[in-house]
Amino acid sequence: MIPFDYERADDARSAVATVAGRPGAVFLGAGTNLVDHMKLGVANPDLLVDVSRLPFDVIEPLQGGGVRIGATVRNSDLAAAPVIRQRYPMLAAALLAGASGQLRNVATTAGNLLQRTRCVYFQDVTTPCNKRRPGSGCSAVEGYTRDHAILGASPHCVAVHPSDMAVALTALDAVVQVEGPSGPRSLAISDLYRLPGDQPQRDTVLEHGELITAVDLPELPMAARSSYRKVRDRASYAFALVSVAAAVDVVDGVMRDVRIALGGVAHKPWRASRAEEALRGAPAAEDAFRHAADAELTEARPLRDNAFKIPMARNTMVTVLRGLTWEEGR
Amino acid sequence: MTGLLEPRAIGTSLERLDGRAKVTGTAPYAFEHPVDNGVYLHPVQSSIARGRITAVDATEAEALDGVIAVLTPANAPRLVSGDDRELAVLQSDEVGFRGQFVAAVVAESSEIARQAADMVGVTYDRQPHDTELRADRDDLYAPGVVNPDYPTDTSDGDPDGAFASAAVTIDETYTTPMEHNNPMEPHATVALWAGDALTLYDSTQGPNLVRDGIAGLFGLPADRVRVIAPHVGGGFGSKTLHANVVLAAVAARVVAGRPVKFALTRQQMFSLVGYRTPTIQRIRLGADSDGRLTAITHDVIEQTSRIKEFAEQTAVPTRSMYAAPNRRTTHRLAALDVPVPTWMRGPGECPGMYALESAMDEMALACGLDPVEFRIRNEPDVDPESGLPFSSRNLVACLREGARRFGWERRDPIPAARREDGWLVGTGVAASTFPVIRIPGSAATIRRVHDGRYRVEIAAVDIGTGTWTALTQIAADALDVPVDAVDLQIGDTALPPASVAGGSSGITSWGSAVVDAAREFREKYGPDPEDGDEAGGAMPDNPDTERFAMHAYGAQFAEVRVHADTGEIRVPRLLGVFAAGRIINPRTARSQFVGAMTMGLSMALHEDSVMDPRFGQVANHDFAGYHIATNADIGSIDAIWIEEDDPHVNAMGSKGIGEIGIVGTAAAIANAAHHATGIRIRDLPLTADKYIR
Amino acid sequence: MDVEMTLRVDGARYRLVVDTRTTLLDALRERLGITSPKKGCDHGQCGACTVLLDGRRATTCLALAVAHDDAEIITANGLAAGEELHPVARAFLDHDGFQCGYCTPGQICSAVGMLDEVEAGWPSHVSEELAGGVELDDEEIRERMSGNLCRCGAYANIVAAIREVAR
Ligand SMILES: Cc1cc2nc3c(=O)[nH]c(=O)nc-3n(C[C@H](O)[C@H](O)[C@H](O)COP(=O)(O)OP(=O)(O)OC[C@H]3O[C@@H](n4cnc5c(N)ncnc54)[C@H](O)[C@@H]3O)c2cc1C
Ligand code: SF4
Ligand code: FES
Ligand code: FES
Repeated sequence: MIPFDYERADDARSAVATVAGRPGAVFLGAGTNLVDHMKLGVANPDLLVDVSRLPFDVIEPLQGGGVRIGATVRNSDLAAAPVIRQRYPMLAAALLAGASGQLRNVATTAGNLLQRTRCVYFQDVTTPCNKRRPGSGCSAVEGYTRDHAILGASPHCVAVHPSDMAVALTALDAVVQVEGPSGPRSLAISDLYRLPGDQPQRDTVLEHGELITAVDLPELPMAARSSYRKVRDRASYAFALVSVAAAVDVVDGVMRDVRIALGGVAHKPWRASRAEEALRGAPAAEDAFRHAADAELTEARPLRDNAFKIPMARNTMVTVLRGLTWEEGR
Repeated sequence: MTGLLEPRAIGTSLERLDGRAKVTGTAPYAFEHPVDNGVYLHPVQSSIARGRITAVDATEAEALDGVIAVLTPANAPRLVSGDDRELAVLQSDEVGFRGQFVAAVVAESSEIARQAADMVGVTYDRQPHDTELRADRDDLYAPGVVNPDYPTDTSDGDPDGAFASAAVTIDETYTTPMEHNNPMEPHATVALWAGDALTLYDSTQGPNLVRDGIAGLFGLPADRVRVIAPHVGGGFGSKTLHANVVLAAVAARVVAGRPVKFALTRQQMFSLVGYRTPTIQRIRLGADSDGRLTAITHDVIEQTSRIKEFAEQTAVPTRSMYAAPNRRTTHRLAALDVPVPTWMRGPGECPGMYALESAMDEMALACGLDPVEFRIRNEPDVDPESGLPFSSRNLVACLREGARRFGWERRDPIPAARREDGWLVGTGVAASTFPVIRIPGSAATIRRVHDGRYRVEIAAVDIGTGTWTALTQIAADALDVPVDAVDLQIGDTALPPASVAGGSSGITSWGSAVVDAAREFREKYGPDPEDGDEAGGAMPDNPDTERFAMHAYGAQFAEVRVHADTGEIRVPRLLGVFAAGRIINPRTARSQFVGAMTMGLSMALHEDSVMDPRFGQVANHDFAGYHIATNADIGSIDAIWIEEDDPHVNAMGSKGIGEIGIVGTAAAIANAAHHATGIRIRDLPLTADKYIR
Repeated sequence: MDVEMTLRVDGARYRLVVDTRTTLLDALRERLGITSPKKGCDHGQCGACTVLLDGRRATTCLALAVAHDDAEIITANGLAAGEELHPVARAFLDHDGFQCGYCTPGQICSAVGMLDEVEAGWPSHVSEELAGGVELDDEEIRERMSGNLCRCGAYANIVAAIREVAR
């Protein structure tokens, strides 16, 4: 780790100004991802601006019925918040499926959104990686790819986004509030993340110095009937092989509306729009679920070690939908 | 062997004597010994797997404030012996595997040492490397012996002929991946020279082994080196003498007078302190129509390092496990550009019995027999290998007792026939075995101190096995005093020497030495000694080892659930029944059995060091990538044992319990997974992808 | 860059100077000689470094010390009230909830913090009802304790120890 300066931010504006004004400066949340990367030499900032104590640690109602989650709300507090557990259970479930109790107690909402891929080559500075060192090559494409993408990858990078929370937020159409050097802006979460293309070094569209201040959940009554299912290599404390966040609105055995997002399959949390489309208006039945899941995965392209993710993603989508519509089917 | 100790303290569940210090975190592990003026070491590791170092540029690193020294192959102190290429740290410019030490920085703080290590520029003459173990390699060779000194190959009768003419046969290949020991406490050393005397606070399973090894490397008499290890955070075979200890000692030479502190990172542990070799095992079984085995062959392919040989004895348990007149076992190695493999809990037995006990399950099915009954039917009367009688062998009792407790009789043998809540459910069984090993070289001293107390000294170690407690119990019974009259001293080579904590041999070897010393003591001084009276003893020879085959046995039963949609696999129930001689301390013994079964479950479901042959290193080299079981992976798990009086093994009647618990677990789980799903997975680990359909 | 800061650990107050790079774990172990929290991975992947940080269980190896000026830390050693062990520590002894002991201080701090979380009604990944209350059965204990790896495999006894305290 190279030496760096540390500052605790007093307010959002000055934090933004400080980071924007220094190329080697970055924001620090709890550090559970950033400090990890600094130890490995993956990140080498020369100034940390600690934003973890900015007064964004509140969850509050939004006009119009939604909920605003402050950027520094800790993962465990968010998962425990009654409003989340009752109205957006998939989000609480996604958070609780991530990391460990002691990590969730410190990890921030913004930090969770911006955590970087767990691709083993990205984390090992002795191997080439386009995301870490643009142009150096991608070690994964022809390497160990058990954890890598089946959708939306490019020849330059096949990494997946590791966040569970972000998968739920994607299904919920969350909006990310950003404070930047030239003022605030709002981004739909699906616009925040990017596919790797030929610029895998960029996980998101955020510019240097842009600070996340909050995440807004729109009013979505159907989200009360939602869940998150994570399939992983051990029963706990492991990143997803595949995960599914879904909410359904079923009336008289027909899918009136549905939201589905997948984790562990792409460079960004993957909104399963094709499956959603196939399901809207369809009967809440096994065949329809299977058909929709297959539709979503038609363009899936496996790598050497991860062909299993295709049936796993399909089956997990079906399982989740079956679980959510089970009462209807009775 | 005569004169089994009369058990009084032995057999009681004495609470761990080091327990209070452990639960408060005040028991000092190697790195935690307070030292004055300590400096920190951070190594530089090779980024190639084979070749030569052509230059090391330390200019930038040396210029960094706080850096005390940069060691390179050019300037590092010379060792007197370079024969062991794993230990010849910084003695030449040759690189034998990726991750090898090629330089090291000593600095005032760990942060500076690490930063400076990143600044050291190393250039190489890179040669093509080869790190891939495959069965079709043309350079496989037969080692002289397999670990530690078993014959490489054995053959009895006409296995090929018997197989060809058998009524029922199976011929399958099983593989186990590279696995890393990963004790929770990373390997750590604090090294301090005073003149030509070296003190090492080391996280080790063998203080004397480290002392002798280091003394040899530096050309010193052994008594110039002192190794201190009162508490060790696990080892599982990996904490013997590795390059990290040598590097600490070498670096401390350069900053004489200041203690050098060196702890490996978790990542570094994947290339520097050994691992279990991957194995490719072909097993052929032939049986007559009654399900009696007529032929067993077990042919093993595994790897070693080009710089030093370690040949795991994978097929050895097969030699004495089941009665079959025609048997063959072989071991072949590929010498690769990889780190040196080593012992990992149950070397030989653990991977070998995974294959054999999976094959036994397949064969039971092929013969139309219940797997418990099939094993009982093939129980030998005498050791098939040596022809010697067993000192005691209670495998059948373990199988029967386990079956009874597990509810085996209610089992429907048909695979893939039970489903609960979306989960496919099955049960499986496998046998366990582990030899009774005694390692020479242990001695003990007993001294009467004030207040009627006895000081018992031996350089044994407690790596979590409960040595502090169990040896105290043995000493108490040997002296015929209550346990609280015993002051045990271990973990320091200033004490009488002890063999390594390995091969489940600790209690046999150290306990025998303590008992011998106690007998000596009582013979000399009688029941009423004076303060200061002292006697020594050593592990006596045991002529019975020539007359009997000595092994512990066990049977493990598993219930497995596999999710019908996602392939996720869980083990809600695991039961081990063991016959391992007399149990010194039921509380700590149960912990060891259950702990080893837990590690066996971890091996079955999770553990997999993925070698990336392009880079010649393990790709998933940390605890996020290399999964070991978490608490949530363990369901109801228990171990019990069968009373066994074996007068032949040693004075305590104990057989060694540290490893047998991991032997067979993976097979029991794999067999249960097959019973649940009808899918037979022969390649560990049993991950979800292998069951998804 | 060196920074002067304060830490309150197990009831005592310490002034110390740290490199900005120093983690909270290294500040405790290497600067203050408080070695009850252990280093098992240094990357948040094992839980051995768990303490109670400002009242909640947290790993300390990925926390920068400078970011925790004036923090209140309780280690497994500080849980004891003088000679009297904390009930969770006592239960670990009674149930042999450890072997080598290296993961143990982290397990115990984690268990103490976890019990508070249950008390506060926090659900877990395995809770049947996210919105409802929690009943701390074995499955809940296992899931909530899964951030603490134990290579010796003491999990079964750890669960038994915690189950007893929770009763
Ligand atoms: C062992 C381990 C297991 C884990 N398992 C999981 C898992 O299963 N599922 C899962 O989802 N996650 C998992 N995580 C990741 C964990 O959730 C993240 O590390 C955590 O959420 C990051 O939050 P933080 O506050 O610590 O972020 P930091 O590490 O402080 O920051 C992360 C990034 O966000 C930036 N940042 C922080 N705050 C802001 C802000 N307000 N505005 C703009 N940028 C900001 C930082 O500059 C940095 O680039 C695991 C982590 C570990 C160590
Ligand atoms: S997949 Fe992406 S992150 Fe991984 S090595 Fe390739 S470029 Fe780097
Ligand atoms: S040392 Fe902190 S989690 Fe492993
Ligand atoms: S007791 Fe050894 S790691 Fe848990």
